[in-house]
Amino acid sequence: MFRYIVRRLLQMVLTFFGATFLLYALVFANQEDPIQALAGERPITQNVRQVLTERYHLDDPFLTQYWYYMKGLLTGDFGTSLTGRSISDMMAQAWPTTIRLALMAIIIAATVAIVAGVISGIRRGSIFDNVTLVLTLVILSLPIVVLAPLTQLIFGIKLGWFPPTTGADPGFFKLLMPALVLGSLVVATELRVTRTSVAENLRSDYVRTARAKGLSRQRVIGVHVLRNSLIPVITLIGVDIGQLMAGAIVTEQVFNIPGVGFNLFRGIRTEDGPLVVGFVSILVIIFLVVNLLVDLLYAALDPRIRYE
Amino acid sequence: MTDIKAEIDALPGLDPQAPLLDVNDLHVEFRTRDGVARAVNGANFTLKPGETLCILGESGCGKSVTAQAIMGILDTPPGFITEGQVRYRGIDLLKLPEAERRKVRANHIAMIFQDALSALNPVYSVGFQLGELFRKHRGMSRGDAKKRSIELLDQVRIPAARSRVTDYPHQFSGGMRQRVMIAMALALDPEVLIADEPTTALDVTVQAQIMNLLADLQNERNMGLILITHDMGVVADVADRISVMYAGKVVEEAPVYDIYARPAHPYTRALLESIPRLDHKGRQLNVIRGLPPALTAIPDGCAFHPRCSYAKDDCRQDPPPPPYAVQPNRTARCHFWREVVGDE
Repeated sequence: MFRYIVRRLLQMVLTFFGATFLLYALVFANQEDPIQALAGERPITQNVRQVLTERYHLDDPFLTQYWYYMKGLLTGDFGTSLTGRSISDMMAQAWPTTIRLALMAIIIAATVAIVAGVISGIRRGSIFDNVTLVLTLVILSLPIVVLAPLTQLIFGIKLGWFPPTTGADPGFFKLLMPALVLGSLVVATELRVTRTSVAENLRSDYVRTARAKGLSRQRVIGVHVLRNSLIPVITLIGVDIGQLMAGAIVTEQVFNIPGVGFNLFRGIRTEDGPLVVGFVSILVIIFLVVNLLVDLLYAALDPRIRYE
Repeated sequence: MTDIKAEIDALPGLDPQAPLLDVNDLHVEFRTRDGVARAVNGANFTLKPGETLCILGESGCGKSVTAQAIMGILDTPPGFITEGQVRYRGIDLLKLPEAERRKVRANHIAMIFQDALSALNPVYSVGFQLGELFRKHRGMSRGDAKKRSIELLDQVRIPAARSRVTDYPHQFSGGMRQRVMIAMALALDPEVLIADEPTTALDVTVQAQIMNLLADLQNERNMGLILITHDMGVVADVADRISVMYAGKVVEEAPVYDIYARPAHPYTRALLESIPRLDHKGRQLNVIRGLPPALTAIPDGCAFHPRCSYAKDDCRQDPPPPPYAVQPNRTARCHFWREVVGDE
C-alpha cells in the first residue's frame, strides 16, 4: 500500500513536468502578439514594446523560454503575469475561492444525487423515479452558459433571494447560488449512476441471502446494498471534483467570482502564457491528487481491491 | 437477550402435532412484459423433522422458485404467490404479516444458495455477515457475536476459524465458501434447512465433503432438509423422499427406494433411464426427447404429454391429471401410472 502511494506520487511529478511542457508549447504556439493583446485597442510605443519583450523573453526560442520558466518554477516562483502581478499572489487569492466553490458544489450535487438516486433505484418506475428522470434530463440538456445567467436573472435579480454577483473573498451564502449552478453540471450523471447501481445491487444474490437471513428491509438496503452501490458513485464524484474546478470558468465569469476560472479566462484572452500554464498545472496536480485519494477510498470500500 | 424463537412458538395456530413443513398446492407466477410465466403450478410436499426431501427436476422447472416462495424472498413484483399454503407446524406462513414472517427466516427456516461467491456480500467480512445474525436476532454484542461466529466456522470444519473470521468471501476457496454459507444458515438453529443446489458450483470431491457435512449436521440437529438438485447421484445417497418437479408441478412424490425401483410417472422413468450406466458402456445414452415447455405457454392437460411415450388423448386435455395415490405416502400425477409402474 505504502509503495503504491509512493509510486503514484512519483508518477505525479513526471505528469507535472509533462503537463507544463505541453501547456507551454500550446500557449507558445497560440501566441500572436501578447503585448498588443495586453494593451487592447491602444497603440504601443516601440520603447514599451521593447522593454516588455525583453522582460518576458518573448523573442527567445521556445526551449529557452521554457527553460527560464522551469528555472523559476523549481525555485518556487511561478513568474509574473503580463499585467505585472506575481502569479503566486494571484493563485493565493484565487485557489481558496475556487476550492470552496467546487467543494460546495460537489457536496450539494452528491447529496442530492445519492439520496434521490437511492430512492429512485429502490422505487423503479414510481412517480418519484419518473419525475427525477425528467428533471435530470432537463438539467442535463441546459448548458451552463444558459443556466448560469438564467439563475442569476431569476433568483438574483427578479426575486432577489441571492446576491446576483459575488465579488472578492466571498462567504458561504454568497457562493450558494453559483455552487448550485455548478453542481447541476454533475448532479444528473451522479444520480443516474446511483440509481442504476442500486437497482442492479438490489437484484443481486447477496441481497437475497440478506433477506433470507431475516434482516429488516432498512438493514438490507442501508448496510448491504448501499455500500456496494456507492463504490462506482464515489469514483465518479472524485472525477467530478476535478471537472468542477475546471468547469467553473463560465460560472465564475457570470457571477463575477475572482477564482481560478476567472483568472484563466482572462489569461487565455490576453495570451498571458505564464498565467495560464501556472494555473492549469496546479489544476492538473489537484486532479491527480483527487484521483489518488479516490483510488485509495475505492480500496477502503471494496476489500477485493488491494494495491501492491 | 431477546428470544425470537419463543415469539414464533407463541403464535396462534401453532400445532405441535402438525407436520414440520407442509406445502399445499403452491402456485407462483411471474408477471412480466412478455406475459405471465407460471413458474410453480401446484407444488405439494410435507417434511418431517430429521427427514431429507429432495426436489428433483430440470433447470427452470420451478424448484428454486418454490424454495424462495417458502422462504418468502420472492422478488415481488414480478413474482406473486397466487394460491396455496405453506404451513410451518400448522402456521400458514403466507398469511403472516411481514414482521412476523421475517422472524421465521433464519430462526426456523434457513436457506443455502447455489453459488456462495455471489450469495455472500463481497464487501463485508465473513465474521460480519455471520455475526449480524446474532446481533440482529439475538441482540448480542459485537464481541459475543464474533465468538459465536468462530464457533460456527469451527463446526462447519473451517481450519483456523479464529483467524479466518475476519477474511472476506473472495479469500476463501469454493468449498470453504459453501461451508461459510452453511454456517450462516445454521447459525440460529433452524428446524428446516433448504439447500438450493448447494454443490452444483463445486468440483466432485468437494461436493462429497459438503454433502457429508450437511448430513452430519442434519443428524446432530434433527433438522428437516429440503435439498434442491438435478443430480440424481446426490439424491440416491442422501434422500429419504423425492419430489419430482416438471413445469412447476410436483409430478411424483415418493420414498426414495420406491422411486428408484419403480417410478410411477413417465417423466421420472425417463429421468432414471437417462442416467449413464456402466453396463451400458458403448451404447448411446438415453435422452428425453424435446424440451421442457416455456413457462409462459404450458400445454393443456399434462404438461409432459408432448414428450411422453404413454400419452393418449386424455393427457392432452384439461383438467391435468390429479395426484393419484399410488400407495399410501406416494403420489403420481399420471393417468396411466399403473402402466408406468408395471413396465419393466
